Amino acid sequence: MSVHSASAVSVLVYVDHVQGAARPVSWELMGKARQFGDSLALPVVALVVGHQVSDLASEAIAYGADRVLIADDAAFAQFRAGAYAATLRAAIGSAGPRVILVPATSGARDAAALAACALGVGLASDCHGVALDEDGNLLADRPVFGGNIITTIVFRGHSQMATVRPRTFPLPSPDNSRSGEIVPLAVELGELEEREEVLAVRAPEVGELSVDAANIIVAGGRGVKGPEGFAPIRELAQVLGAAVGASRAVVDAGWIPYAHQVGQTGKTVRPDLYIACGISGAIQHLAGMTNTKVVVAINKDEEAPIFSVATYGIVGDLFEIVPALTETLRARLGR
Amino acid sequence: MKYVVCVKLTPDTEELAEVQPEDVGSGHLDATMVLNPWDEFAVEEALQLQERFEGETVAITVGSEGSLEALKRSVAMGIEQAVLLSDEAFDGSDAWGTAHVLAEAIKQIEDSALIITGRQSVDGSSGLVPAGLAVNLGWPFVSQVAKVLDLTEEHITVLRALDGVGMQTVRVELPAVISVSKEINEPRLASFMGIRKASRLQYPTLTSADLPGLKPSQFGMAGALTTWTNLRKPPARARKCRFIEGPSAADRASALVDRLIADKVI
Repeated sequence: MSVHSASAVSVLVYVDHVQGAARPVSWELMGKARQFGDSLALPVVALVVGHQVSDLASEAIAYGADRVLIADDAAFAQFRAGAYAATLRAAIGSAGPRVILVPATSGARDAAALAACALGVGLASDCHGVALDEDGNLLADRPVFGGNIITTIVFRGHSQMATVRPRTFPLPSPDNSRSGEIVPLAVELGELEEREEVLAVRAPEVGELSVDAANIIVAGGRGVKGPEGFAPIRELAQVLGAAVGASRAVVDAGWIPYAHQVGQTGKTVRPDLYIACGISGAIQHLAGMTNTKVVVAINKDEEAPIFSVATYGIVGDLFEIVPALTETLRARLGR
Repeated sequence: MKYVVCVKLTPDTEELAEVQPEDVGSGHLDATMVLNPWDEFAVEEALQLQERFEGETVAITVGSEGSLEALKRSVAMGIEQAVLLSDEAFDGSDAWGTAHVLAEAIKQIEDSALIITGRQSVDGSSGLVPAGLAVNLGWPFVSQVAKVLDLTEEHITVLRALDGVGMQTVRVELPAVISVSKEINEPRLASFMGIRKASRLQYPTLTSADLPGLKPSQFGMAGALTTWTNLRKPPARARKCRFIEGPSAADRASALVDRLIADKVI
């Protein structure tokens, strides 16, 4: 099926959010889409799906959208892969986008994959860079082979889609004086979409930040010695407003849930600061955090591989160093 | 009711760092090939569902003759039947092409009610094939399944992890496609009996001629909408570590905080 539409051509951004609060990656991609739109002389269209999400539509305009397609309905109150994909299909049909940028976050990537496959649109997933060639074709950089090889994906077809990791692009500043149009998007859910029902949602623990969107991550490995060993890590994270990360070993040992795991079989992160406490630095762990701006390693073993990717290293007992760091930061940052 | 697990033969994760860009796509990777680690969770879940709810288990893969090894390892863990899809015409397929080929073969497996996949392969890592299967089959799709709560003739009820949102309890009608996360179970090791069974089992091989529903424009090189280009090693990541020393933990903490403030990361 071709989605080529000569009359409607644009750059489309999928705005992902949690209960009406935009994920920053949505606006990071809006900033990139604005650049694409300006260089291709195409309007930037945003898709907002959810329930009672009209504020997001105006926010999308402030961040660079010229037009917002909004599917605001109780049917979209909870993420359902099929229903959300149906809205993205409708948006693609309406906007005829040349380029479609979608956050590589858990719900959005499913909607992207289902819509792209159904419409015969090529999709590059989990990209850490996107650009345009001189003909306006999308070039998408993504890691393969566990981040040990990078490839640039090239596309065939009018519409070209990428899911892009959080923190790949800077967050633009919103401009509340921008104007744009907000258009309700008509989406008819078919029999397939109604075969999926969300019965309950259990929210994450209060105040717990997700590692893939965090500016700062404090992570613990085998050196924390047990589940209670995460207490000083959590305290440091709290003072810094950081997320708590973990190595595979401690997740497999059941000391902390999988959502915290950084590395090849966990999350890939790119924070400004990563403080690795008692993590030796297996190659699979390094693959998930090597794009960090500043890495601090705290480890008893001065030969630990983590020091080979660290900006700063402290050889010592994390149970002495980490609480000292927390105290120092409390005093210096006034928290 | 059949549980169909889609598997892939991939390099051992310990050896991914040694894979050279020029060898990718040549069919001759200098690495030990294993059952994709993510697929072990899918195989294990099929076996556990069979234990909990009865039914039959099937593994399926698409690839060269060598890919038979992925099926053998699945059978060694306890899967009962296995099908290899192998044809030069499948080479060069992108994720949508692979999903199209797999879906056409799954359509031929009578009574298949639940397709189970891993999160992604450790080589291509796109994680797109599961969604592609759901689209090609016209079935519901649930990703990141952390637990199967219930299974009936009509429905499957699962816990799905959604980053930042929490855990959703989702119920979908069968037949359906699910991809599982590593929280779901702990894969068993192959048993001696299983390995023996795997070496004796017959593995039917299907080619494009056996799959009349295939659309030539939707698989293989000609059907690919995306192509890998410019394969390269990531920029070197080794840093020169500055070790921070001092007489006490407090001194070192203070010196480190000075640096982090100067670097504007806190």
